[in-house]
Amino acid sequence: MSYFGDIYKGIKTLLTGMSVTGKVFLNNKNNSITQQYPDNRETLKMFNRFRGEVVMPHNEKNEHTCTGCQKCEIACPNGSIEIIWDRQIDPESGKKKKMIDKHIYHLGMCTMCGLCIEACPTDAILWAQNYENSVYDRTKLTKVLNQPGSKIMPGVED
Amino acid sequence: MILSINIVENDIFNMLLIAAIYLGIFSVAGLFLVLLERKVAAWFQLRLGPNRVGPWGLLQTMADALKLVSKELTGTIKADKFLYNLAPYFVIISSLMALAVFPFTQEFQAFDINIGIFFLIAISSIGVIGILLGGWASNNKFALIGAMRSGVQTISYELSVGLSLVTMVLLTGTLQLSEIIEVQKSGWLIVQGHIPAIIAFMIYMIAGTAETNRAPFDMVEAESELGAGFHTEYSGMKFAYFFLAEFINMFIIAAIGTTVFFGGWLSPFGITESIPWLGIFWFLGKTFALVFLMMWFRWTFPRLRVDQLLTLEWKYLLPLNLLNIVLMALIVWLGLTIQI
Repeated sequence: MSYFGDIYKGIKTLLTGMSVTGKVFLNNKNNSITQQYPDNRETLKMFNRFRGEVVMPHNEKNEHTCTGCQKCEIACPNGSIEIIWDRQIDPESGKKKKMIDKHIYHLGMCTMCGLCIEACPTDAILWAQNYENSVYDRTKLTKVLNQPGSKIMPGVED
Repeated sequence: MILSINIVENDIFNMLLIAAIYLGIFSVAGLFLVLLERKVAAWFQLRLGPNRVGPWGLLQTMADALKLVSKELTGTIKADKFLYNLAPYFVIISSLMALAVFPFTQEFQAFDINIGIFFLIAISSIGVIGILLGGWASNNKFALIGAMRSGVQTISYELSVGLSLVTMVLLTGTLQLSEIIEVQKSGWLIVQGHIPAIIAFMIYMIAGTAETNRAPFDMVEAESELGAGFHTEYSGMKFAYFFLAEFINMFIIAAIGTTVFFGGWLSPFGITESIPWLGIFWFLGKTFALVFLMMWFRWTFPRLRVDQLLTLEWKYLLPLNLLNIVLMALIVWLGLTIQI
């Protein structure tokens, strides 16, 4: 008598589904996933994996960890990253060495693929979680990631 | 002679007044049902729902209706103009007509007809003519497919709705809605009829959801396949009539369920028997509980295929319904009903 078996199974599975949605309905007040965006601008924080823009973190002594190896520039599929570098005499060791002048990042061209960040051997560049990136002038989308007067953190190149 | 003319005029005036009141109340009620649907959908999906227009978004559907009224009425050139324009009125009029017979309280009933249930079943099948007309006259393949599916669906499920109500009529012995509620003063019918009544209620709710063309039985509209189904070519207020009719039909199905299975305006255990006007709150409370159940169906189950729809009706619901009628007849004959 699979006929009545089918009816029993049908009703049982329907009730299972309804209990799942019913539980969601009763619990929705505590964890509604809607973000009411412009209202919660002050408190809204993006999750860690969110890709806002590429930034280069500096420590309090204005030091970054970019060695100017250009791996990010090579990894970038559409040339959003340009590194202007020079060989200069390092004041500490007195040797000639490759140093970055400007790490230029074109946010307007970036496809947020993240290949540069994966390619970086010293974790000098990271994803930032900011999301209000629109501007009225597109030249503002070309950003220099290293701060003026910054230098490489000692010990990174060893 | 003068006196009799006066009475006739008075009657017509009263009829028009009652009709205007009903139209006003239920078109607004339909709008709030749309809002309820959107809110319930949001709560089921962990969202907030409309919350911008008015406090808690209460005026959202009012604003939508105003927008629809102000929109241009477009149509296709090759449409059959007369039938195309007639279809929305068929649908909305048939659903508003059905509202006349419901006893909201002991006194608040516009039209206490002695074949109430029969009238409701008959009226609710007229609406499908409007859908078929709309689909046929718009000269659009999606609209035509939607309308034909609607025909298939309504003809099939009309049987189950009718037979499950007939099962309960065996218990009441009358078709008049006020009498049906009188019978339930000794226990709601779902208690009086116990097992067959519960089976009849389940069949009624499934078939009723299919009657109103709502998900999981919304093959008629099937947004992913047919655009908007039979009302693809309608815009503005004509579209709003179809939309409103769908929600008023949902209310009607729930109201029939309340009247026939859950005692209409009667309070549970007669706790507010001394205050008759509270009946309307009991009636609306029970009706909205059933409306909520239908919304719960909608936001839980995926849409059926057409063959699954017909299998469900002809292989399962109809034979079970016929068996259930025999069972109910036996129970009434042997006097096994539960009387409180």
